[in-house]
Amino acid sequence: MRDNLIKVLLKALSWGILAVIAGVIVAVIGNLVAEDPVTFTQQMLNGLQLGFMYAMIAVGYTLVYGVVKLINFAYGDIFMVGAFVSFFGITQYGFSFVPALLLATVACVFLAVIIDRVAYKPLRDAPRIAALITALGMSIFLEYFTALKFVFSPDYIAFIRPFKLVTWNVGGVTFTNIQLVVAATSIVYFLGVQYIVGRTKIGKAMRASAFDKPTARLMGINVNAIIAATFALTGALAGTAAMLYATAYPQIFTFMGIQPGLKAFVAAVIGGIGSIPGAFVGSLIMGLVEAMTVGYMPLGSTLKDGIAFTLLIIMLLIKPTGIFGDPFEEVK
Amino acid sequence: MKIRSLPTWLTAVLFFLIVGVVFQFASNQGWLSGYWRQVIMLGTLMAISALGLNLKYGYAGLFALGHAAFYGIGAYSSALITKDWVVGWSGNPAGGLAGVLAIEAGFILAAVAISRCKIGHLRGRLRDRLSKWLTHFEASVLATTVILLIGALIIVVVGGGSGWLVRRGVLALVPPLLGALPLAISQQAIFLLALLSGAVLAGLVGFLIGLPLLNLTYDYLCIATLGFGIITYVFFNNADKLIPTMKGARGMVNIPRLTTWPWVLACLAVALVVLRNFIYSSTGRAILSVRDDPVAAETMGIDVFRFKTLAYALGCAYAGLAGGLYAHLYAFLHPSNFAWLKSVDPFVMVVFGGVGSMTGTTLGAYVFEILLEGLRVLPAEFIDWRYVIYPLILLAVMLFRPQGLMGSNEWGFLKPPRRASKSANQQIGESAKEGEGK
Amino acid sequence: MTSQTTHSPDPGANSTVLKLSELTKFFGGLRAVHNFDVEIHKGELVGLIGPNGAGKTTIFNMVTSIYPVSAGSIVFNGQDITDLPAHEVTQLGIGRTFQKIRIFPNLTVLDNVRVAYHPHARYNLFDGILRSRRFSRGEQEMTERAQEFLAVFGMEGHQDTLATNLPYGAQRRLEIARALATEPDLLLLDEPAAGMNPQEIVKLMELIHFIRDHFNLTIFLIEHQMRVVMGICEWITVLDFGEIIARGTPKEIQNDPKVIEAYLGTQAIKMEA
Repeated sequence: MRDNLIKVLLKALSWGILAVIAGVIVAVIGNLVAEDPVTFTQQMLNGLQLGFMYAMIAVGYTLVYGVVKLINFAYGDIFMVGAFVSFFGITQYGFSFVPALLLATVACVFLAVIIDRVAYKPLRDAPRIAALITALGMSIFLEYFTALKFVFSPDYIAFIRPFKLVTWNVGGVTFTNIQLVVAATSIVYFLGVQYIVGRTKIGKAMRASAFDKPTARLMGINVNAIIAATFALTGALAGTAAMLYATAYPQIFTFMGIQPGLKAFVAAVIGGIGSIPGAFVGSLIMGLVEAMTVGYMPLGSTLKDGIAFTLLIIMLLIKPTGIFGDPFEEVK
Repeated sequence: MKIRSLPTWLTAVLFFLIVGVVFQFASNQGWLSGYWRQVIMLGTLMAISALGLNLKYGYAGLFALGHAAFYGIGAYSSALITKDWVVGWSGNPAGGLAGVLAIEAGFILAAVAISRCKIGHLRGRLRDRLSKWLTHFEASVLATTVILLIGALIIVVVGGGSGWLVRRGVLALVPPLLGALPLAISQQAIFLLALLSGAVLAGLVGFLIGLPLLNLTYDYLCIATLGFGIITYVFFNNADKLIPTMKGARGMVNIPRLTTWPWVLACLAVALVVLRNFIYSSTGRAILSVRDDPVAAETMGIDVFRFKTLAYALGCAYAGLAGGLYAHLYAFLHPSNFAWLKSVDPFVMVVFGGVGSMTGTTLGAYVFEILLEGLRVLPAEFIDWRYVIYPLILLAVMLFRPQGLMGSNEWGFLKPPRRASKSANQQIGESAKEGEGK
Repeated sequence: MTSQTTHSPDPGANSTVLKLSELTKFFGGLRAVHNFDVEIHKGELVGLIGPNGAGKTTIFNMVTSIYPVSAGSIVFNGQDITDLPAHEVTQLGIGRTFQKIRIFPNLTVLDNVRVAYHPHARYNLFDGILRSRRFSRGEQEMTERAQEFLAVFGMEGHQDTLATNLPYGAQRRLEIARALATEPDLLLLDEPAAGMNPQEIVKLMELIHFIRDHFNLTIFLIEHQMRVVMGICEWITVLDFGEIIARGTPKEIQNDPKVIEAYLGTQAIKMEA
């Protein structure tokens, strides 16, 4: 009899604790929503826009990491070059949206493949730390080299949008056409990459190389060529993302790739590095968290960078392999 | 004079004496301008920071970015202490010191208390006891909550309590004690206390952040430590909301310029000797084994996590010491000095000089600083090329000579000690190259 | 840093050194080892064989706590060690070698062995930094012990060679020596004969017998080379797909149809005893 009483009490206690935690979360969010639904929705939209953009970059990181087990630190800087190249296209040659996009994409594809060939390929069989340090060095080199006056110069440059900004207002909430373009492009690219990796022969070769390089080689796959193709694909993602990012936040400078690059990578880790849907979902989460921080926390705009990494550390404590990651992978 | 016959410690002392005197003489004669004196002092303190990173990466194999964060922690905390004493910002000249020491005491005592209680085991045992009545999940929830509450209680009572006591004690005792000394001496005493406190604080924070992170593989470790570096940077940028005198992004000013050549050289000497003695001992060998093969090391009875944490915390403390010296050299601190890119500087020094070589790291630090700062005298068009050259050096080293300039070789008193036993005569093998030094 | 875990009390003759009960390991959905039982007594030299991927190394990894156990228990000298961390398992008295040689490549031969003595070092961190008298004495003691130990294996001449520069056979010997330096009661050898030619194998077999007697050990051995297994093991457990399919003396195993089937009748079974 007493045993049953204890059992009931303890059960109530444990579920009570969970209920309180859930209740607090719901109450806080509910309060935010109810108090000012307009701002809330606005921040959600901002967050989604940011998230969709991070998604393209995050997928790029995850692809390279999946196939070569390398954090391509220079990826954010390839992104930066794409933004500048599209800028030149628009201002020097009067390109409209699609040609500028193509120009940026092509430039980034070339750059990504060249970087792989010059810096990463020679270290393919070296300890992985060597490749990591090289990636770091490559990233810093790109940032400072392009900051030289005769290249892109260290100034902050106002980006010229290739199409006019159109805003709509629905019940106090502002939409822009840029948001739609970003969301659409991001989703299309995501589906495209999923298709390539999942359904094409090249994709299968990528997955084989990611899983077991020596065996893939033995099966006749030209692993180096596949890796180059992977980099090319990520270059395409970077170029498009860059131009859209510059269109949405029209200021470019040679260090612009650092923050989005790092955050996108963190998003990929949160979603589960090596998983493409994971990178996508992780990015959306990252974008939303960042927007909510800016919108609702005091000092939000200065703290937002810190929040992203706090999220990372929390994730690494709970489930290091990420949301979609394989929990039995060797993280230790 | 037979150098071979001098005991190691004597060679070390002589070396530092000679270097110190030569430098002092040169600057007194005016052969070294004030600018170059600063550059060399900067090189010396950066060597200390780089030695810390060499310990983390070269000796323990931890690819930890975010080293600059600990440099910053040491810099800001030591600056707060001396600024309070000399200029005053908190109302009591010992305020800064009291604050930092309180945090450190509280932290250490709370950590000791928590580890004594074996909180991890407690949670498991509690969960098992509760499993009599509850499902595993419910038991987990309850056990975790109880443990969190106990932990919080310990932190507040033991940590907060001891911190409060220490603060009261320092505020009451230090001003009269040090005030009794002549100004020059009390300032130097405060400087020493500030440097040590800064280093210890950096080490403690390193220990704390290492607890969750050091079990991760190096890809994740690298990003996580990088993330921590950014979090610290954001903190410094906004710290003026907590402690107004830190002035956040506007930069902290009015720090007394207490760093002199003797201080900097003495700190480097201590840093080198401590690291050398550390690595050539059983603990040092254990850390090297962790770097070479953590799984095999565990199988040899080595608690890998404990040694990783030790190396990491000590490396962070070195960075903190360097930061303290830095703050009092330039008398101005701005968060951008501690941005994550600045963590790459010591990396370049270590990788270029020789991964796992104290001599190489120190040389690398001097070469780096002299090149970087020294090249400021270049005509305007070329100044920006400084930052282009330095990553190129990193790339070149990684592609063509990844072990760095010196590999893992050492010079002089930093070499591994020769063993005085009969089997020492049978030395075959590559580790015995140059014969001098003991 | 001195060890907190004390060495297990010395087992009396014929007592059970290692008892594995219903040991099971899941990797996600894959069941690598299922209900593995074994009871090894003091002084025995016991083998574990099976086709590649049967789960033999997984069992060793569970005993040494490199992998967490999914189910079952591991009892060593009467003590349940199932959930202990790896370094404590070693300090209690289990040593092991690995399939792929895992010596410390950038440490000298002497240092490889001296690491084994660290948990028993008689000085701490601060003694080392300050170079106190306790440090000199402790370091001298460790060094001499290590040198004497290496001499037993004929390796004292190479003590200052970097481990990575040793020839393959010497690296194997070093790995075994190093495991023995931790003064284990039970030694787990994972394919020690891998990559060896026939002469080296003969010397290895002699070495294993020697260390069993000289160091008063119990030995649990995984091996593919049937000559070694049939030559030195007193009894053998056969594993296939994570489950035991046979157990007995070498003669019994050689003629067991299930075993022959598992190996598809390879010529290895037909080696002279």
